[in-house]
Amino acid sequence: MDILGIPIQALMGQLMLGIVNGSFYAVLSLGLAIIFGVLKIVNFAHGAFFMVGAFTAFLLAQYMGANYWMTLLLAPLLVALFGMAFEFLFLRRLYGLDPIYGLLLTFSLVLVLEGGFRVAFGSSGQPFATPEQLRGTINLGFMILPLYRGFVIVSALLLCLVTWYVIERTSLGANLRAATERSELTQAFGVNVPRLITLTYGVGVGLAAFAGVLAAPIFHVNPSMGSSLVIIIFAVVVIGGLGSIMGAIVTGLGLGVVEGFTRVFYSEFSSTIVFLVMVLVLLLRPAGLFGREEG
Amino acid sequence: MRPLSSALLALGLLALLAVPFFPQLVYSIFVMKTLCFVLFACAFNLLLGHTGILSFGHAAFFGTGAYVTGVLVKAYGVPTELGILAGGLVAAALGAIIGALAIRRSGIYLAMITLALSQLVFFFFLQAPFTGAEDGLQRIPRGTFLGIVDLRNDTALYYVVLGIVGAGLWLVWRTVNSPFGHVLRAIREHEPRAISLGYPVARYKVLVFTISAGLSGVAGALKAIVFQLAALYDAHWHTSGDVILMTLMGGMSTVFGPAVGAALVSALNHYLDPFGAWVTVITGLVFMTCVLTFRQGVVGQLGQLLRSRRPSAPAAKVDSRPHTNHR
Repeated sequence: MDILGIPIQALMGQLMLGIVNGSFYAVLSLGLAIIFGVLKIVNFAHGAFFMVGAFTAFLLAQYMGANYWMTLLLAPLLVALFGMAFEFLFLRRLYGLDPIYGLLLTFSLVLVLEGGFRVAFGSSGQPFATPEQLRGTINLGFMILPLYRGFVIVSALLLCLVTWYVIERTSLGANLRAATERSELTQAFGVNVPRLITLTYGVGVGLAAFAGVLAAPIFHVNPSMGSSLVIIIFAVVVIGGLGSIMGAIVTGLGLGVVEGFTRVFYSEFSSTIVFLVMVLVLLLRPAGLFGREEG
Repeated sequence: MRPLSSALLALGLLALLAVPFFPQLVYSIFVMKTLCFVLFACAFNLLLGHTGILSFGHAAFFGTGAYVTGVLVKAYGVPTELGILAGGLVAAALGAIIGALAIRRSGIYLAMITLALSQLVFFFFLQAPFTGAEDGLQRIPRGTFLGIVDLRNDTALYYVVLGIVGAGLWLVWRTVNSPFGHVLRAIREHEPRAISLGYPVARYKVLVFTISAGLSGVAGALKAIVFQLAALYDAHWHTSGDVILMTLMGGMSTVFGPAVGAALVSALNHYLDPFGAWVTVITGLVFMTCVLTFRQGVVGQLGQLLRSRRPSAPAAKVDSRPHTNHR
């Protein structure tokens, strides 16, 4: 069976790859949106934390003999702790200044982390084994789905939904949203806002690291795996707007799918389609699809 | 101009003119590379320091200048001076397009948009058939300047580069100190007020974007001629980061501070080169230190020090530039 002259197997394969990439975009732009909401800082180091997450998993597996499930739990926690330390020691000093300085500080962290891992491990990729339980494929009738990719999609979406639930439906989330809107007033009500800010940065960074561990068996673990990604995430965020959690998730997934389709029909545009969509959105709807942060 | 700064300027100019006579002291190719970055950083600061716009994609213009000049001179035999001019003009045109798109948002969003658009340009140079992809455009002939001066001679090339960079810096200085420059500062300080005073702010922003991009393109074009190479790194986001660091380190609230920053960063890269990947780490740490403790930059800090020692002068204004409002 063909659609527009493309075999349906190939089409579905690319579409699935698009959804996998889209899940990474969704998790990363979600973390970026949470951090921006509370800290008012665009975390340039988001891609670097993604990379550090993958490397931490690699190191845990290599030297501590941790199995995949332990790394999936431990690596994001360790990276989140590191992120919180960074926020507590450095980022905190820039609150109240122009948010551009936050962008520049996190950018300098990218240089340090990427350079550091390149010094230690070189530029080439480190292989990372797919966990045994998730090797093999399942036949869905219209396509054959590698089990691990299915797992990535499901767990990324689950994580997004849990995060959305925590922020929109729990009291911790309510405090967080209050701090986003009026941080002084929230503090006056007895919420420890500085601690909440550190925690938020940790959660956002942990999400990025979790995505990094998920990505490790699919991509090779290498020092520059995060930086090209973070630029795409920025475009995603410009398209979707940093104002809404659901907006970040939906835009991320949607752009992954668009990218997958582009790879089928105009493969030479597949690396730039997200940027072209961004240009289109800027021309037609400059505030972004879910833009409410401009108000 | 105050006597001190004119004396410093004259001294600097003399030192630059003397460079080719002391080959055992300084390597003139290194000075030429630094001069290209000096022009690049000062042009970039027209946006960051003087208009309050952070562009995170200026490597796109630098790279465009390098590639356009390289292709014209190498493949089409265009005279070098026309090639450099064309490099600057194409970069300026690109600057007008990217600027017009980017200013539809401001502040942090504008930074992210310029970064994304410059990545688009980067992918173009990676995939286009005439750029040599990862190898870059190599063996670009230097040719002659105006058909008279043979640029294969390093000394001749040095004075041509010095002259063009000097002209570029003069243009930056004129722009900043013109009525146009005053409007730019008004936009930086209080954009809504500039709008309510009737200035077509969007048009001013696009124009300054175009000038800045054009001069950055000339800087890239000169670099391509000096090294006879236009490489992907010229258009890479690392280069965009480098020019921000130069500007921040030198002092973005000054006209020629970025020049000092460019010299410092260029020296850092030059002398740390043997350490390979450590360069990135050290650059990152220096960058971090600048953002955390040294936001006025070398020249800004010195200026403040000088002013505070003379009580008669108006008190030093504490200033947390750039003042961007982020809509």
